[in-house]
Amino acid sequence: MKVLIPSPLHSYTNAREVEATGATLTELLADLDRLYPGLRFRVIDEQNNMRAHMRFFVNSEQVFDMTHSLRPTDAVHLVQALSGG
Amino acid sequence: MARTSKKAVTRKQRPTVRTKRVPRPSRRVLVLVATRKGAWLFHGDATRRTWRVDGPHFLGHIINHLVLDPRDGRTLLAAAKTGHLGPTVFRSTDLGRTWKEAARPPAFAKVPDGEKGRVVDHTFWLTPCHANEPNAWYAGTSPQGLFRSDDGGVTWEPLPGLNENAQYRAWMGSVQDGTPDGPKLHSIIVDPRDPAHLYFAMSSGGVHESLDGGRTWAPLVQGLDVVDGFDRANIAFHDPHCVRLCPSNPDRLYQQNHCGIYRLDRPSHEWTRVGKNMPKQVGDIGFPMVVHPRDADTAWVFPMDGQTVWPRTSLEGKPAAFVTRNGGKRWQRLDSGLPKSHAWWTVKRQAMTADARDPVGLYFGTTSGELWMSRDEGSRWTCIARHLPEIYAVEAAEIE
Repeated sequence: MKVLIPSPLHSYTNAREVEATGATLTELLADLDRLYPGLRFRVIDEQNNMRAHMRFFVNSEQVFDMTHSLRPTDAVHLVQALSGG
Repeated sequence: MARTSKKAVTRKQRPTVRTKRVPRPSRRVLVLVATRKGAWLFHGDATRRTWRVDGPHFLGHIINHLVLDPRDGRTLLAAAKTGHLGPTVFRSTDLGRTWKEAARPPAFAKVPDGEKGRVVDHTFWLTPCHANEPNAWYAGTSPQGLFRSDDGGVTWEPLPGLNENAQYRAWMGSVQDGTPDGPKLHSIIVDPRDPAHLYFAMSSGGVHESLDGGRTWAPLVQGLDVVDGFDRANIAFHDPHCVRLCPSNPDRLYQQNHCGIYRLDRPSHEWTRVGKNMPKQVGDIGFPMVVHPRDADTAWVFPMDGQTVWPRTSLEGKPAAFVTRNGGKRWQRLDSGLPKSHAWWTVKRQAMTADARDPVGLYFGTTSGELWMSRDEGSRWTCIARHLPEIYAVEAAEIE
């Protein structure tokens, strides 16, 4: 599936959009980390929670559950929250 | 379980460390500057009069510490995060020409689902291990955690003897109990005579010592003051800002604390408040503590305004370092070359250091982004750089 990458993570992907696979968000992040080592820990903490300012949108719907199911045709947007300022 | 009785700590007699020779002038000083918005390297000439700037590295990253490995003279570790991304460690083996990210940065152990585990917000402090342990490093984090790498900073493991110790977790408190930038584990010190003899400090949470490589720890807070109204018997209320061990006498430590300047001569467990000998109108509140590389009676501090709401600025806008040449009995103001008025910056705990030259060079970075140095142990100060971001840490290293 296509995954939109926020600019702070372009140093890992060298692209604003990449292809990755996974049946859940957890699996998708694991695949992204396999493709771009180090990316996952910048987004997901050691307790497997999304970091404070990172958000996931699946087909334009915000998703907070990392076990959320994904289909190969889904569009996933990884977004860095504006968080003010 | 942590040992809390000083009687439980027995120390072997350790050999005296021979005072190191003054480095050859052909070696150059490299000043490593970590800031809120990136890192810079300042390469000095042989006389430390001109400086070549290399940077920014990691522009936009919050760099809390940038340290050169003295065991190989070329490996750099940088503790980094951004305002939004999680923390990491970057590593260079060619003095910053190229960088590679740690494969497993410092991170707390995963707790079972349903439990609330701790999360590293940032790595705050980096310390190379003993000279006989090449590639080994310690890292201190916010919130307080201690980590070790045995592969040059590529992978990091938590030290469960501290991070999972229930008593220490209680002393660490919550994130709300820490400094405005989060609670810190800092001042990780390795005894140059014994790699298993370690110290660290927590803001807040006291000073601690291990004699077994970090498996068990004991508090070392006797004689330290705490804020009025708090109970000094409660380790959680102790707030050491910076602790340094004297290379020429590893049995002597100096400490800049939230409540004064102290000296400790081991095997005693009793800190002495040598800051009481500072001028009364200045007081003894501040963050950095710097020791002389060859003279354990000489140390420097950089006092700040710690009155009322803690402005954390230079006192009355007149910055100055102070030096003692006799173990803290007397202190002398060192402000030649520094602004005489309206300089409302200060110096953070990691942002002042010394090189090993003779005379010793001193370096400090300010909260307003200025880098200052003295080629004569503080008698005269010169500004090397202005308009950098807020400076978090300054380290000086010798390279070929």
